[in-house]
Amino acid sequence: MAGVVTEHVQGADKGYDEAVREAWRFLPGEKPLVVLYRLKKYFPVKGLIRVKGWVRAVDNVTLLIPEGKTLGLVGESGSGKTTIGRLVLRLIEPTSGSVFFMGRNIFKLRGRDLRWFRRNAQMVFQDPYGSLNPRMTVYDIINEALRTHKIDVGDPKEYIIKLLYEVGLNETHLYRYPHEFSGGQRQRIAIARVLALQPKFIVLDEPTSALDVSVQAQILNMLKDLQRRYNLTYLFISHDLGVVRYMSDYIAVMYVGKIVEIGPAEEVFEKPFHPYTKMLLASIPVPDPEYVKKKPPIRVVGEPPSPVNPPPGCRFHPRCPYASEKCKREEPSLVEVEHGHWVACWHPLN
Amino acid sequence: MGANRCRDPIIVVEDLYINFYTYAGIVKAIDGVSFCIERGETYCLVGETGCGKSVTSRALTRLILPPGKIERGRILYYPEPGKVVDIMKLSEEELRMIRGDEITYIFQDPGTALDPLYTIGYQISETMLVHGYINRIKEGISKAIQLLKETLIPDSEQRAKSYPHELSGGMKQRAVIATSLANRPKLIIADEPTTALDATVQAQIMELLRNLKKQRGLTILLITHNMGLVAEMCDRVGVMYAGQLVEEAPTEELFQNPLHPYTRALLRAVPNPLKKIEKLESIPGTVPNLIYPPPGCRFHPRCAHVMDTCRRQKPMFIRVGDKHYVSCWLYSRR
Repeated sequence: MAGVVTEHVQGADKGYDEAVREAWRFLPGEKPLVVLYRLKKYFPVKGLIRVKGWVRAVDNVTLLIPEGKTLGLVGESGSGKTTIGRLVLRLIEPTSGSVFFMGRNIFKLRGRDLRWFRRNAQMVFQDPYGSLNPRMTVYDIINEALRTHKIDVGDPKEYIIKLLYEVGLNETHLYRYPHEFSGGQRQRIAIARVLALQPKFIVLDEPTSALDVSVQAQILNMLKDLQRRYNLTYLFISHDLGVVRYMSDYIAVMYVGKIVEIGPAEEVFEKPFHPYTKMLLASIPVPDPEYVKKKPPIRVVGEPPSPVNPPPGCRFHPRCPYASEKCKREEPSLVEVEHGHWVACWHPLN
Repeated sequence: MGANRCRDPIIVVEDLYINFYTYAGIVKAIDGVSFCIERGETYCLVGETGCGKSVTSRALTRLILPPGKIERGRILYYPEPGKVVDIMKLSEEELRMIRGDEITYIFQDPGTALDPLYTIGYQISETMLVHGYINRIKEGISKAIQLLKETLIPDSEQRAKSYPHELSGGMKQRAVIATSLANRPKLIIADEPTTALDATVQAQIMELLRNLKKQRGLTILLITHNMGLVAEMCDRVGVMYAGQLVEEAPTEELFQNPLHPYTRALLRAVPNPLKKIEKLESIPGTVPNLIYPPPGCRFHPRCAHVMDTCRRQKPMFIRVGDKHYVSCWLYSRR
């Protein structure tokens, strides 16, 4: 098939053209690496005998993750951001919809193709205590990744030492066990293990939430450096808006399984169009007493609804100060309000 | 110098030392901390994991369990001006009359603070019963409903009959706050009360605490690691590092004129969501192991301004301005 799309990717899977056309609208001018298309993930709520209902963790999400850039995914607990992170790595199977990685539908991959995908798409988890095997030394932990993926690096020891230097550790750490390291150092080890495979795409799921502020900054700066050097693509999932703003080129805001706003990071922060984004921004405590004095009082109403029975129409309407009758009945879809800035709202702000 | 830097203190802590006797060795968790809390203010203790802020707050009512031990120090509680209670000299029984009554706690995880087997109303009522304000649980229920209303729990009659698992995290924390208010406390110690909650819910809980403080004339000790919360909630701040108080100042002064190199670095390491930041500054190294704390100033291995004295001698906590104190050799006359 001819067209812009196939110029990028040879041997793309069926449905890629359509998916990329739809997802590309949100981030025009970027080169797609990962494309999510009408992705849904419902988890069953089991009753005594039969399924009582469904948790709509991810509900019809179409999204593009641009190559060499960072897409920040923000939202509160239960918004579905972690589920998206797991879907794009095929750690779980979707209810429907697809995810394309370099044109290939990852849920259809098998055998050698699947291993190719697994090597290229990696994850750094939130908890650096749970993600490293306590019985293995740093050398073994990283070498296991190399062996699993049958990557020939010549002398693994030399290669691993080089990686340790990349992440701010050195050869004296080679034969130590995870318990000998602090949280920040463990996260460095987890990152070294990911880098060992030379992936293209890394999902960072709250990578610094378990760390202290002083260490968090070290890790964030390192991740930025690595991205620049190796042209890495990040999906950065976090509830900390300060961190997301610092890390991301683009931001997608999620609310109960849906994307409600997406745009360049600076614009979403400076000029939010969705009332939820605005409420979220207004509720973060700002480390600046001068600003706090001038800050208008926030009106935060209610709590995020349960994704089992999300409200009809716009899912935010029960908490929204601008909600109208229409919001209660009809669900808004994403529309472009400014160039490259999309929002799903019947009454966008500004 | 004396620890009492307050005009009308509610709590004065002098030269507090707390150790934890673990298999790995003796953790010198609190090393000579002195501060006071002014009646009616919100005082913050801020710092990173393991800096001793929680341990300090628990020590105020001697809630330190083995292997922890308060080695020495004085903790004075002033229920009203001029009247003083020496916490260190009280019996367990006398302490229990103060805890949950005049001094109450709100902890991080509302899920574990509530008993899953009893209704919210029962649990609030129970606090009043143990402290002798009522004679039977039933008497307390209507008071409990009143408290749930005060903490803005919708549908409070129904909620008093609910079990903890039927409430969301934010509602549970409100119920915990209601419990802590049940016996007309004078001092509320809130230890990371919103860390387990979502951003929008956190804002609501903080707003609630602010209003309750105003309405009831409470004193709050807020323990947090979040500089944003400090800026929004506190009158004065004490910055802790590795078991020591390194700086203390009124909130605005601390943000405008931070003096200790650790405070400065900490403020620059927090990404501000309202500003575009090109490069975040990080503090090299990690928090020290308190079994073998660094000699002299405990921050010296990570400090950009380290001098010879810092490695040998612990700096004094000295006054550098109106209500501004710092413990650093850069500001001491050597």
